Amino acid sequence: MTRVGWLKLAIFPLCLAPLGLLVWKAANANLGANPIEAITHSTGDWTLRLLLVTLAITPLRKLTGQLWLIGLRRMIGLFAFFYGCLHFLTYIWLDQGFDVHSMAKDVYKRPFITMGFTAFVLLIPLAVTSTRKMIQRLGGRRWQWLHRLIYVTATAAIVHFTWAMKKDIHRPIEYGIVLAMLLGYRVVAWARASTGNQPKRVPEVTGIAAD
Amino acid sequence: MLIKKPADVASSEITPKRAYLSRRTFMAGAAAAGASLLAGRKLLEMGSPAQVVEAGAKLSTVKGPFGTDEKLTPYKDVTTYNNFYEFSTDKDGPAALAKDFRTRPWQVKVEGLVQKPRTFDIDDILKLAPLEERVYRHRCVEGWSMVIPWVGYPLSSLLKQVDPLGKAKYVEFTTILDPKQMPGQRARILDWPYIEGLRLDEAMHPLAILCVGLYGEALPNQDGAPVRIVVPWKYGFKSAKSLVKIRLVEQQPINTWNQAAPSEYGFYSNVNPQVDHPRWSQKMERRIDGSGFFASIKKIPTRPFNGYGDQVAQLYAGMDLRKYF
Ligand code: HEM
Repeated sequence: MTRVGWLKLAIFPLCLAPLGLLVWKAANANLGANPIEAITHSTGDWTLRLLLVTLAITPLRKLTGQLWLIGLRRMIGLFAFFYGCLHFLTYIWLDQGFDVHSMAKDVYKRPFITMGFTAFVLLIPLAVTSTRKMIQRLGGRRWQWLHRLIYVTATAAIVHFTWAMKKDIHRPIEYGIVLAMLLGYRVVAWARASTGNQPKRVPEVTGIAAD
Repeated sequence: MLIKKPADVASSEITPKRAYLSRRTFMAGAAAAGASLLAGRKLLEMGSPAQVVEAGAKLSTVKGPFGTDEKLTPYKDVTTYNNFYEFSTDKDGPAALAKDFRTRPWQVKVEGLVQKPRTFDIDDILKLAPLEERVYRHRCVEGWSMVIPWVGYPLSSLLKQVDPLGKAKYVEFTTILDPKQMPGQRARILDWPYIEGLRLDEAMHPLAILCVGLYGEALPNQDGAPVRIVVPWKYGFKSAKSLVKIRLVEQQPINTWNQAAPSEYGFYSNVNPQVDHPRWSQKMERRIDGSGFFASIKKIPTRPFNGYGDQVAQLYAGMDLRKYF
């Protein structure tokens, strides 16, 4: 197996660990007084964390010169989507009990839900087009443009997180700073590339196709 | 005599907690540890008669009015799921961070527009009126609720001691300010100290209690020891904790959450399913009563005035409760 293959084999169970922990705690009635709130928070936290890890891969591979790291990106991105689905499912099932009327009102009336919903919906096309076939069908450039939606998702997620808090927003601010750094890196990289003092960029998709 | 030997405690007072503990310890396979913990606490209680009613000490109570036969929230949940921002904004934070909070010596100043201002020692407060067990629903503005067997007596019993003047229209409650002991107060999350307020007629209502305990014991620190108020027809944040000052005033006090976010938290904050919080609906609530994960999925409808409308609705006759939310 390739280097990236081994690494993926190790990271896969790591990405499942938060879910495993939740299931374990739920089975042992160990999620605290309000288990549904605990699940909502944990799945939301992990969606955001994995989104940020996904966004960290490009800077990491460029800064370290370890270009093969790109091979991890799709898996981690899909795990972010997976936790996003669990988070959304927690909301529609455990929190709202499939009450469509109440949910429609929530999405429409409550800005923090509107934001979360936006963040989640924008992830769907990315998950759908994550296969090699889709990359080929769309063509690298177009695929790359589409997948820049993740910047919007991550930003909307931070806003969602901030607005979900009653008063203490130190956690969303911490995550927001991380996101700002990850996006800031790209801005700087683009600015440098367009003024021509950096070697030609390696097209992002080649890494994926090679995994 | 306020302290009782464990043997005198009516089993009804403590069963839910015991049942909880034994189940938990059994499942964790740590029955021995649990038993020694219980035994250890008993020894402590018996061995230190000087500390009359520190957190956890048994209180003798009589049954109070306005009870409910809804299932009680387990002791463990009442004492590990706390909104007490003076200690932490995480709900499981206060239980650990308040462990060494000192509740003796403790005094409560009652002042302002009164005939006879007075500073009460906490041990006088405990003896001012017979302690009643009041089983109340407790509805948090966040959409969850509990059923808690509080221990206390009508707030009016305290207020009558100081003879409010005719000019007094409101009562302002102040929580202790002590950043050394309360880590949450070291950050300006709210404008400390925590202030709450009631209209005088609300404060004099027989449902409003001065609370010194729960589950037949002195208040655990994380639940607002050594003395707090409980106003069951209002959202939980109105029931201010760890009080050091009660002031009778002419103008409506500015309560802390109202000051922090005026569009979200009003002065009255009566439980009202018709008036949504801007960030969540108040129509339903999730009851925390130890019935387990799947049972907790189903929310129950929130009732006007938290189900105490028969007792308190007339306090607000003619008021637009959407405006005065
Ligand atoms: C990419 C999409 C999303 C991300 C990254 C995300 C992230 C988060 C985070 C980090 C939290 C705070 C957790 C905590 O307090 O520890 C949260 C809370 C929450 N999210 Fe999301 N979320 C997303 C989408 C959604 C969607 C689609 C919904 C529902 C339509 C939703 C509903 C909620 C709710 C109800 C809470 C709890 C707020 C509270 O405790 O008051 N989220 N989310």
